[in-house]
Amino acid sequence: MLSRIAESLFWIGRYVERADDTARILDAHLQYLLEDPYLEEDAACRGLLAVMGAAPPPEEAAATRATVLDVLAYDRNAPGSIAGAIAAARENARRAREVLSSELWECLNTTWNTLPSRIGSSSPHEYFSWVRERAAIVGGITDAATRRDETLQFLLLGRSIERADMTARLVTSRTLAGGNGPGWMTLLRSCGAHEAFLRTYRGRDSETLAAEFLLLDRLFPRSVLFSLEQAERCLSKLAPIDGRGLREEDARKVLGRVRSRLEYQPLLSLLGSLTEEMVAVQEGCLDASDAIRLRYFPSSVSDDWIGDRL
Amino acid sequence: MADLFDGYPEGVAWDEMIEPGHAVRAPYQHVHRTMGHLNADELRVRADALARSYLAQGVTFDVGGEERPFPLDSVPRVIDAQEWDVLAPGISQRVRALEALLADAYGPQQAIADGVLPRSLIVSSAHFARAARGIDPPNGVRVHVGGIDVIRDSAGGWRVLEDNVRVPSGVSYVLSNRRAMAQSFPELFARMRIRPVADYPRRLLHALHAAAPTGVDEPVVVVLTPGVYNSAYFEHSLLARLMGVELVEGRDLFCAGGKVYMRTTEGRRRVDVIYRRVDDDFIDPVVFRPDSLLGCPGLLGAARAGTVTIANAVGNGVADDKLTYTYVPDLIRYYLGEEPILSNVDTWRLEDPDSLTEVLDRLEELVVKPVDGSGGKGIIIGPAASRDELDQARSRLRADPRGWIAQPVVQLSTVPTLAGDALRPRHVDLRPFAVNDGDDVWVLPGGLTRVALAEGQLVVNSSQGGGSKDTWVLGDARRATRAPVPPDGPVADGEEPVRAGVQQDANPTDTKMREQNQQQQQDRSGAAPEPPTRRFPLRRTSC
Repeated sequence: MLSRIAESLFWIGRYVERADDTARILDAHLQYLLEDPYLEEDAACRGLLAVMGAAPPPEEAAATRATVLDVLAYDRNAPGSIAGAIAAARENARRAREVLSSELWECLNTTWNTLPSRIGSSSPHEYFSWVRERAAIVGGITDAATRRDETLQFLLLGRSIERADMTARLVTSRTLAGGNGPGWMTLLRSCGAHEAFLRTYRGRDSETLAAEFLLLDRLFPRSVLFSLEQAERCLSKLAPIDGRGLREEDARKVLGRVRSRLEYQPLLSLLGSLTEEMVAVQEGCLDASDAIRLRYFPSSVSDDWIGDRL
Repeated sequence: MADLFDGYPEGVAWDEMIEPGHAVRAPYQHVHRTMGHLNADELRVRADALARSYLAQGVTFDVGGEERPFPLDSVPRVIDAQEWDVLAPGISQRVRALEALLADAYGPQQAIADGVLPRSLIVSSAHFARAARGIDPPNGVRVHVGGIDVIRDSAGGWRVLEDNVRVPSGVSYVLSNRRAMAQSFPELFARMRIRPVADYPRRLLHALHAAAPTGVDEPVVVVLTPGVYNSAYFEHSLLARLMGVELVEGRDLFCAGGKVYMRTTEGRRRVDVIYRRVDDDFIDPVVFRPDSLLGCPGLLGAARAGTVTIANAVGNGVADDKLTYTYVPDLIRYYLGEEPILSNVDTWRLEDPDSLTEVLDRLEELVVKPVDGSGGKGIIIGPAASRDELDQARSRLRADPRGWIAQPVVQLSTVPTLAGDALRPRHVDLRPFAVNDGDDVWVLPGGLTRVALAEGQLVVNSSQGGGSKDTWVLGDARRATRAPVPPDGPVADGEEPVRAGVQQDANPTDTKMREQNQQQQQDRSGAAPEPPTRRFPLRRTSC
C-alpha cells in the first residue's frame, strides 16, 4: 500500500474517533454544568479546554459554555473540534478514495455535507447524538465492508490510538476544577459503559471500581487498556516481530511501556496520581504516532535532484 | 397538467429530438413518450434525486477551489446504431492517423520530407517536446486514450471540432451518468437497447497492460494525478478504483537506477506503466519546469531507457495543436490511404497571407482560437466581441499568425433540457473516447455530451454553467451488444471501416468556445497538499 494512502487511513481512523469522543466528553460536561448551580463556569470551561488541548480565551474574557461549543464543537478549521475532525476525516478520505469502499467514502462525504454549521444553543445534545451516530455508521461500515488487510489495520490503528488518548482525557476531566468535575458514573454513561459496568460488578457502585473499569477493563472496548492492546495487535499484523525482537523505536515498544505501567501498578497508586498517569498515556500515544509515521509514512524530499544536476 | 413540451420552439439549430413540424425523430420515441407522461414536478423530483446522489458520491468538479456537483440533465441524448456505426469508425480512423503522425514527428519526419506537412508546423508547435524524440513506446502506442470532440451542425452533419490526445478528461462522468440514469429511469433502460459503457475501465487497463515495457509479464500500472486540487481529481480516483490500481501523486514516486518506484508501507515497489494525468510541463522537473511538485524527477529518462511506459506519451500535444488539426484529413489520406470518414469544421490557416487578410476583414463574424490553447482560453467570438476587442485581436493575429486559427460561427445542435418547469432546446457537443491497445482502436459507445444550460449559450463547459447528459447509443438489432468482449479478442461494436464520406455534402461551419476540462496550470495545483493535521500540542492540566 502507498505510504501516503496508509497515512490518510490512519488519520481517518483518528479523526472519526476524535469527533465521536469529543462529542461524548462535551455532552457529559455540558450536562453537568447545567445541573450544578454552584459550579464556577469560567474555571470549569477553562479546565475543559485545557484537557482537550485547546487554547483558553484571554484572562479578561469569560469562558462559557458557548466558548467551549465554539472551540470544541463548531470550529471547522480546528482539527481538535468535532466539525474540524469531520472535515479532516473527509479530506483524508478524498485522498484515499480509491482504496476505501464506496460505502465508507459516501458515508464520510455525506457526514461532511450534512454537518450543521451551528446548532441552536438549546440543543447541543442533538448535535452530539448525531455525531455519535455518524461515527457508529463509519465503524459499522468499516467492520462490515473492509477487507482484513492493511486498509483495516491502519484505520483501526488510528482509531485505537486516538481512543486511548481520548479516554485518558475523559478520565482527566474528572479532576477538573479541583475535583469538582463530573462523577465517575457520568463518565461511564458518556461512553456507553454504565450498564456494562453495573453488570460486571453486580450493581456495586464504587468510584474505585468505576475508575478501574474505564482504565483497565480488558473486555470493554473504550477502556484505555483495551485500546492500547488493540493498537498493539494492529501493529503486529502490519509487521510481525522477527526473531531478534523489537527495535527501540518500534511503536509497539512505546505502547507496551504505557500499557504495562497501567497494568502492573497497584490500582490505588494509579488513582493517587491519576492526572500524571493520564498525561503519560497521552504522551505515549503521541510518541507512538510519531514512530508509526517514521516507519510507515516516510515523506519524500521533492527537490534533492536539483543538487545532482547543478 | 401542462405538457413538458408545450411551447417547445422550433429553433434555428438542428434539434436532436424534435424535427421541424414537431415530429419526434425515431431514436427518441421512447424517451419522448416517457418524458411526455411526466409532469414538471415528477421530472424535478427525479432530477433532484440525481443531484443528491451526485453530491453523496462526490461526483464533483472543482471551480476555483470549490467543489460543485456536476450537473446532469435528466433528458438523455440518443444516437441510433446506423449513425454510431459511421461515427465510431471515423473517430478510430482519426486516432490511427494521429498515432501515425506522432510516430513520424518523433521519428523520421517522412511527412515533412514528402511535403504533406510544413516543417515549421512541427517544430514551432508549443507542444512539440524535443526531449521525447527517440523514445520508442513498447507497443508503438502514444495515444492510449483519445477524446475527439464532435458537433452536429445546423444541417445535421457530424464534424470534428478538435482532437484531444494529451490527457482528455470526462470519461468518469460518462460512467457515473450512466449509473445514475439507470437508477432514475429504469423503465427506459428496460425498453431500449442501450449499449453499455461499463466496459471502459477494463479496456483501458488492458491497453495499459499491453503497453508495458518488454519483458514485463505482470505489469504494475498506476494512475498519476496532480492531486486533490485538480479539477479532474474525481476522474483520476474513479479510474484508479475501477481498474484496481494505485492512484499516485508525484511525491509517491521516485526514480533510482533508471527505474521508477513507488513508496509503499513495505518499502519500494517497481512501477511499469504510468497512466499520467499530469501535463507534460509538470511531469518531470529534470526536463521541463524545474519547480514542478506534481511530477517525478527522472521519469522521462526512465521512459527513454525503456523501463517504464508513460501513457499518454509525452509530447502528444503536437498532434492536437489546432493548426495540425487543419491537416488531419490530408494525414488520413497520406498515412492510412483512406478517405476521411468525418470532416473538419472549415478552418482558415492564418499563415497564408490571403487567408489572414480575409479573416482580418471578416473578424466580426468569425471565431478565432489560439492553436495551443486549452480550457477555452483566449478564444474570441467575433459576433460577441466589442470593437476594441476586435482591434486588439487583429493586432495579435498580425503579430503571430502561427498562433491562431479562424472558423465560422454556427449553431450547435440542440437537445431538450429541463429549464424551470419545461423542456427547452439547449446546445450540445459530444466527446467520444477512444482507447488504443496497439492492435485495435476501440471507441466507447457514446461519450460525454456536454450541454449549455443557459438559453442560446454556445459555450458548454462546466465552469461556464454547463452540464452533461447521458449519451445513449442504441444497439443494432443484428447483434447482441451486451455479449462480453474477450479481453484480447477483436472488438465487437462498430469498428468496420466505413469509407464513404457521408458528411461531405453537409454545409461547412461551426465553432464554439470551449474549455477542455483538462488540467493543471491552475496556480493552486502547484502547491503540495498539506499533510494531515496533527492535534494540538499536549497540555497538562493544573490539577
